[in-house]
Amino acid sequence: MRISLACALALSPLTVPALALAQTGHAQMDHASHGHAGHDMTGMAQPAPEDDGQSHAGHGSNDATTMPDDHHGHGGRAGHHTMASDTGSDTSAMAMPDSAPVPHAPPPAAAFSGPAHAADQIYSPEAMGEARHMVTHEMGGMRTTFVQLDRLELQPTKGADGLAFEAGIRTGGDIDRIWIKTEGEGEIGSGINEAEVSALWSHAIGAWFDLQGGVRQRLREGPDRTELAVGVQGLAPYMFELDAAAYLSTHGELTAGVSAEVDQRLTQRLILQPRVEVQLSAQDISELEMGSGLTSLEAGLRLRYEFAREFAPYIGVEWQKKFGATARYARAAGEDPDRIVAVLGIRAWF
Amino acid sequence: MISHAMNRRALLGAVASTGSAAAICTLFPDWARAQTMHHHPSGAAPGSAPDTTSALQGEDIKLSIARTPFSLGKRTAMATTVNGSLPGPLIRLREGQDVRLHITNGLDVDTSIHWHGLLLPFEMDGVPGVTFPGIRPGETFTYRFPVRQSGTYWYHSHSGGQEGTGLMGPLVIDPADGERIAADREMVIVLSDWSFTAPMEILRKLKIAPDYYNFRQQTWFEAPSGKPMALPDKLKWGRMRMSPADIADVTGATYSYLVNGHAPEAPWSGLFHPGERVRLRVINASAMTLFNLRIPGLPLTVIAADGSDVKPVETDEVQIGVAETYDFLVTPGDRAYTLVAESIDRSGMACATLAPRPGMRAPLPPLRKPPLLTMKDMGMGDMGSMNGMGAMDGMDHSMHHGAGEAEAKAEAKSMDHAGSMRMRDPDNAPGVTLTPGVDMIAPMPVDRTGDRGLGLDDVDHRVLVYTDLEAPGPRRDMAPPTREIEVHLTGNMERYMWSFDGQRFSEIVEPIRLSHNERVRFKLVNLTMMTHPIHLHGFLFDLVNGKGDRQPRKHTVNVLPGGFVAFDVTADAPGDWAFHCHLLLHMMSGMFNVVTVRPLEDEPGRDNAAGDVA
Repeated sequence: MRISLACALALSPLTVPALALAQTGHAQMDHASHGHAGHDMTGMAQPAPEDDGQSHAGHGSNDATTMPDDHHGHGGRAGHHTMASDTGSDTSAMAMPDSAPVPHAPPPAAAFSGPAHAADQIYSPEAMGEARHMVTHEMGGMRTTFVQLDRLELQPTKGADGLAFEAGIRTGGDIDRIWIKTEGEGEIGSGINEAEVSALWSHAIGAWFDLQGGVRQRLREGPDRTELAVGVQGLAPYMFELDAAAYLSTHGELTAGVSAEVDQRLTQRLILQPRVEVQLSAQDISELEMGSGLTSLEAGLRLRYEFAREFAPYIGVEWQKKFGATARYARAAGEDPDRIVAVLGIRAWF
Repeated sequence: MISHAMNRRALLGAVASTGSAAAICTLFPDWARAQTMHHHPSGAAPGSAPDTTSALQGEDIKLSIARTPFSLGKRTAMATTVNGSLPGPLIRLREGQDVRLHITNGLDVDTSIHWHGLLLPFEMDGVPGVTFPGIRPGETFTYRFPVRQSGTYWYHSHSGGQEGTGLMGPLVIDPADGERIAADREMVIVLSDWSFTAPMEILRKLKIAPDYYNFRQQTWFEAPSGKPMALPDKLKWGRMRMSPADIADVTGATYSYLVNGHAPEAPWSGLFHPGERVRLRVINASAMTLFNLRIPGLPLTVIAADGSDVKPVETDEVQIGVAETYDFLVTPGDRAYTLVAESIDRSGMACATLAPRPGMRAPLPPLRKPPLLTMKDMGMGDMGSMNGMGAMDGMDHSMHHGAGEAEAKAEAKSMDHAGSMRMRDPDNAPGVTLTPGVDMIAPMPVDRTGDRGLGLDDVDHRVLVYTDLEAPGPRRDMAPPTREIEVHLTGNMERYMWSFDGQRFSEIVEPIRLSHNERVRFKLVNLTMMTHPIHLHGFLFDLVNGKGDRQPRKHTVNVLPGGFVAFDVTADAPGDWAFHCHLLLHMMSGMFNVVTVRPLEDEPGRDNAAGDVA
């Protein structure tokens, strides 16, 4: 049945329109769509304006596809098929028409007709609207929340053992997120003596980086500071995780911090992580015991074992150095501005 | 990370014992029980081989969706099941009949069933928010449609990731006038993946740590692929912020791979009489896993793909994308065989035993080494080997075989410097919105329909490629396509975002608009490093694979990384149709859109079925 129809198509290009319509079993329908489309595209009598594209395709690639120019749309069917029946099942001869270029073109006008949502014609538009809202969200709109404990570590020293932590909560979608970050350090016995909390809005600005902005609150033994924070966080080439931000305090002080870390997989679960963090200040802030320029540097090497991706204890070593005036403040406070400490901690998220 | 070492040992032990685990699991439908003999009712004509003993058939079929405990090994979790089983019951229809499928939702959330690969009125297609409102808790929804085709298909939920928790099952349609190729027996093989972590939680983990499930990475001391990576290569991949070991997002680290609901520890088995012609109806009903399927010692004759007959072609291994189906004819001898379905990253496998007598077992081959991505998978054409990597620099590569056009293009590109070989050059894909969801734009994607699937390049036996598939007769619509629609498959592995043309469906994208009965060519260009099985609902399309009027018909097509695939389709079914990557979490990350066909027919008593002449 199909084959005889196809042969008929091949024999008489003129009968094609009728047969093609018969084939669809929707004569009325198809007339309508022709009417809509206009149309140069499927119009059979008049040569189609995108002739060039089509005949180019044919001529350029294979003699077999060279078909009369008036064979467009349905006419094209006939021409094409003549060739198909000539070559029978010889597929090599058919290879070229397969891959012959097809022009890019906008959809015919008919494609824009009718309702925006077909199912609304059949089901309750309210129910459809609700379901549509859900499916739209479901296909890409997922929000993710997680808590990250990047470092929670003990730094044993001759005096009171040090403590350091760095943690955050992230919530939001793929592009816009809220980050609450906190980090700080202290000593066993005397507790936290320096900490900060940031609340940042984060927006993806490229494949790899997020722009972040918000406020940071410094909480210290000395005077607190509230600061405006602007920075970037993301993955740099060579898989460096980078977090850089500048801060402007309500006192007009400008400071900055940059940290970079990179995971080196020794085995599937044993990971060596070099990490560097530097702090900078544009001015001397005696209240915060901070000199201008490069104030401090921490360079560490941590080796963690991922029992699970979410839970990994680690050991490591870190060089902590303060510079210039900052170092002098530290010395005055009885601290060693240049020391190497062992670290012992856990990294976790959930 | 279970899988590799531990499982192989456990497997071998279990394989030596019998498949008694079936007894503890009440979830298997009759057709999927271990040691099931799928026999003919006596007197049935060879070739029809319907499994009438347990299949649901007739004009009215009742299905109920519920949460049911499902056990694997010692663990039990709640699965989403159809009529209490995982996989769901086999539905057996006959071409030309009408069917009413009554689905009762026993869950406390909405559900749906989509009839994968079926040509039906759009409002019966079962995609909530696109073709119907979904099925509310406690409701019964009746799908009704004429059955207009035959072959091996399947059904699954299109709601809330439920297909990843068990809501799927096989659907077989017998041809109105008998099978073209006779078989003495048939077996339905449903491949799936099961995790004790819910799909949405898996997705959350991937959004936080995209390599969460990948324990087969290239490390300093380990090269699971067997090829230690030289420092320059390591640096080049690092510079791109990508990993050549990024083969599968979700792996054997969490998945158990199942055949008919059975884990390899207690494999499903099918019985045959030696010398019989056995038709295997293989359905990849998994959520996230492409499988490499083979039966060592038994050649596979492919006789149908995605439900449509193809000219028989013999092969030894097939990479089967999620949602694809293949029918194979095999003629086993008087021995046992193991059907092996290895996950594409080879972190685990599903297996089954085919044997002439109960209790027989064949050896289980070990998992092969995981593959690594190459520059070809990065869309650098076929220009450089893994070690070469020089293609990145645009200059110092040597070109191997490749289409003349591609070579010329490559040459042109390397001439005008590294510019156009850059990994994210918008000029290389003008249709793509360069959002944060796009981490690369393959500079020079090539037609990969003739390529073996990822990781099968160097196996020493035959592997099915799409250019092997040929329809037995001329295609239905001889019209050449009048226009081409180029769709780019895009993603960002680091952010775990997936999209078409750089935009997630949640960004309210423009649908792909077709006019009724126009014939269009879709060109799917994969700009990512993963193979995406792309599915168009409501149509069977003609795969452009060089076979001219004998193009095979499919409903789902694997697009290899750095490659493109084209298919032609006649828009003969008005309505709205889902179009998406069938990797569940890619779809749910945004790799989804709607194809609209207009105008709708406005006369009352609209009959879509008439749109397609058989």
